[in-house]
Amino acid sequence: MSIESNYDSIDSEESIKSINIIKNYPKEKRYTLAILQDIQKEFNYIPRDIMVSISEYLNLPLSDIYSIATFYKSLSLKPKGKYIIKVCNGTACHIRGSNKLIEEISEMLEILPGETTEDGLFSIEIVNCLGACALAPVMVINGKYYGDMNKEKVKAVIDEYKGAI
Amino acid sequence: MNDKCDNKKKILVCCGTGCIANNSIEIYNKLNERLKNSDISVEPIIKATGCNGLCEKGPVVKIMPDDISYFKVSTNDVDEIIEKTIKNDITIDRLLYFDTNKKEKIKSHRDATFYKPQHKIALRNIGEIDPLIIEDYLEQDGYKALHKALFQMSPTEVIYEVEASHLRGRGGAGFPTGLKWRTCSKYDQYPKYIVCNGDEGDPGAFMDRSIMEGDPNTVIEGMIICGYAIESHKGFLYIRDEYELARKNMEIAIESARIHGYLGTNILNSGFDFDLEIVRGGGAFVCGESSALMASIEGNIGEPRAKYIRSVEKGLWNQPTVLNNVETWANIPPIILNGSSWFKEIGVEHNTGTKVFSLVGKVKNTGLVEVPMGTKLNTLVFEIGGGIIKDRPFKAVQTGGPSGGCIPKEHLDISLDFDSLNNIGSMMGSGGVIVMDDTTCMVELARYYMEFLSEESCGKCTTCREGINTMLKILTYITEGKGEIDDIDLLIQLGETITEASLCGLGKTSPNPVITSIKYFKDEYIDHIINKKCSAGVCKNLTSYSIEESICIGCGLCKRKCPVDAIIGSKKNPHVIDIKKCIKCGSCYSVCPTGAVIIGGAII
Repeated sequence: MSIESNYDSIDSEESIKSINIIKNYPKEKRYTLAILQDIQKEFNYIPRDIMVSISEYLNLPLSDIYSIATFYKSLSLKPKGKYIIKVCNGTACHIRGSNKLIEEISEMLEILPGETTEDGLFSIEIVNCLGACALAPVMVINGKYYGDMNKEKVKAVIDEYKGAI
Repeated sequence: MNDKCDNKKKILVCCGTGCIANNSIEIYNKLNERLKNSDISVEPIIKATGCNGLCEKGPVVKIMPDDISYFKVSTNDVDEIIEKTIKNDITIDRLLYFDTNKKEKIKSHRDATFYKPQHKIALRNIGEIDPLIIEDYLEQDGYKALHKALFQMSPTEVIYEVEASHLRGRGGAGFPTGLKWRTCSKYDQYPKYIVCNGDEGDPGAFMDRSIMEGDPNTVIEGMIICGYAIESHKGFLYIRDEYELARKNMEIAIESARIHGYLGTNILNSGFDFDLEIVRGGGAFVCGESSALMASIEGNIGEPRAKYIRSVEKGLWNQPTVLNNVETWANIPPIILNGSSWFKEIGVEHNTGTKVFSLVGKVKNTGLVEVPMGTKLNTLVFEIGGGIIKDRPFKAVQTGGPSGGCIPKEHLDISLDFDSLNNIGSMMGSGGVIVMDDTTCMVELARYYMEFLSEESCGKCTTCREGINTMLKILTYITEGKGEIDDIDLLIQLGETITEASLCGLGKTSPNPVITSIKYFKDEYIDHIINKKCSAGVCKNLTSYSIEESICIGCGLCKRKCPVDAIIGSKKNPHVIDIKKCIKCGSCYSVCPTGAVIIGGAII
């Protein structure tokens, strides 16, 4: 079976994209994580169909791909939001009040950490130390750092993202 | 025009993660744009550098050769900097660093109490060079050590030099680096591999990120030298998923090292081949453990394995492998270039050289600090760190991350080295130093670490997987006021079992934060369990706030700050907290100028 024939849940344009990502890598087991990370970046999650394709391409059992996709935190089997709010809960942030920050954002978006808003725009994730402890408490939205956060600041930032939509 | 302008001025804009978050890229761009359109005949060189260490006061802009450092610079200051400092050599006082120890403004950052006791080896180039320009690194004696190793030394001599320096691995365990290399060199099974552990996961530690971002070439050079010493031709850099900038800078540095002939085949016509590949981590804390990291590179899940056979014999793909951490690699070029005897003079016996610490938490000067091994904790926290925020009482520091332990104030004069820290039940770890004051609850902190570790346990060993969860449950009960006095002994027993029966270093050390906090702060546990009181005001169920009538001056600050209007009182008269409305946020406690707000135990 060719890897093209696996797709029923995603459309053809997406399947072409995923095939291009997969074929970018040599057929070696050690590239499993890298392929999955590229897929995650492109689709915001790991669709099942694509896992099947990867398993065929690398000639590995599907269970191996599944085990990697569920072991590593940067991979997700459920679609994540367009904007991923990563709130740091490293020790420095923790003792400078990141818990309050997480509560605040949860309340604002009406979702819990790990969840995505119904409109698919925001996800909240709690991450361990972003290595920006001087900015504690810190959060990152799609790669942009927001340091020294408090109730007022976080509201302004999230409103800005809401406004940009 | 001023004569001095003929000496080419250099403007160094810090572009580490900390400063970038505070818009340093915009400052860099604006400087470039303004200078392009200005009438200065000699154009200053503007460089985007790595992290200067004092991230708290960023963005940092330095002007050389005048050696002026400006802190907390904004884009609005750019024109003034050009007009005054660049064109007319006038220092702008407003932007200078205020030294909280000396109580004065300081022109060059080198004179600040934050920098003075420091000795930079691993961080030597960071903040001074543009990490993306290999010529900058070459100017600072870059790749000279590689030259020396390839053309003046045999592989055995290289290993001897590293061994003689007594360098110990900076990743946590402190294993002698030279011994690791020597053991690996003895196996004649090829290919051999070199690995750089850049999966910095300890919360509160960011030195590896800073080195990879700010001076990637030193890591590359260290790895090539090791490759030459142990006859390996291939290295891997495993970089944490969250560290995007580090990965990007590393990629660019590897590419330019290839172009300049430092990587690839026949390096500098020596006949030696070596190349590097970057592997992106997947966001699993356990992958910082060496055998888990290697499993991850191989394309497996990151589970540690038993180490009856060390990775120097059977590591990556069961081949002999040398794995060192980023900071360790950064130490290699200076050791080869200056010799082991130079290195040995720094630090203390058996703990030579320097160590980078990330000083974070409730300390005034948060940042990266590199000091000789053996520096006193006191010096680190109170001199370099400038003491505790708002001058509150010091309670403890946590070193070694989730695998380390807390150190109370009785041990403030401890020497910061591998052995002394181990002796009191903590550990060096990767060098995170988290400073805590009286508003940090030690029981809650122990609970926090168990929560962290319960999520990050890979699940292979039952004791780690289930034991940590059980400890977490008990600690959560205690912080909620449901603890019982026997819980303390139960925690200790569980801790012993986890240490005894878990496979990897991370599992074995996981009970440390709980065990050391029981050792040094048992009173706090008892307070939580018996008196139902959290004196730090962190555990909400065990906290109540009240205002001491005799101290309150009736300024009304607390009333204005209270988010739920729970404080009543008129101006200049003592205020009262309505405990039914109070949500125990602690705002009143932190704003009260006279200390009239008092933390009490649970109101039952």
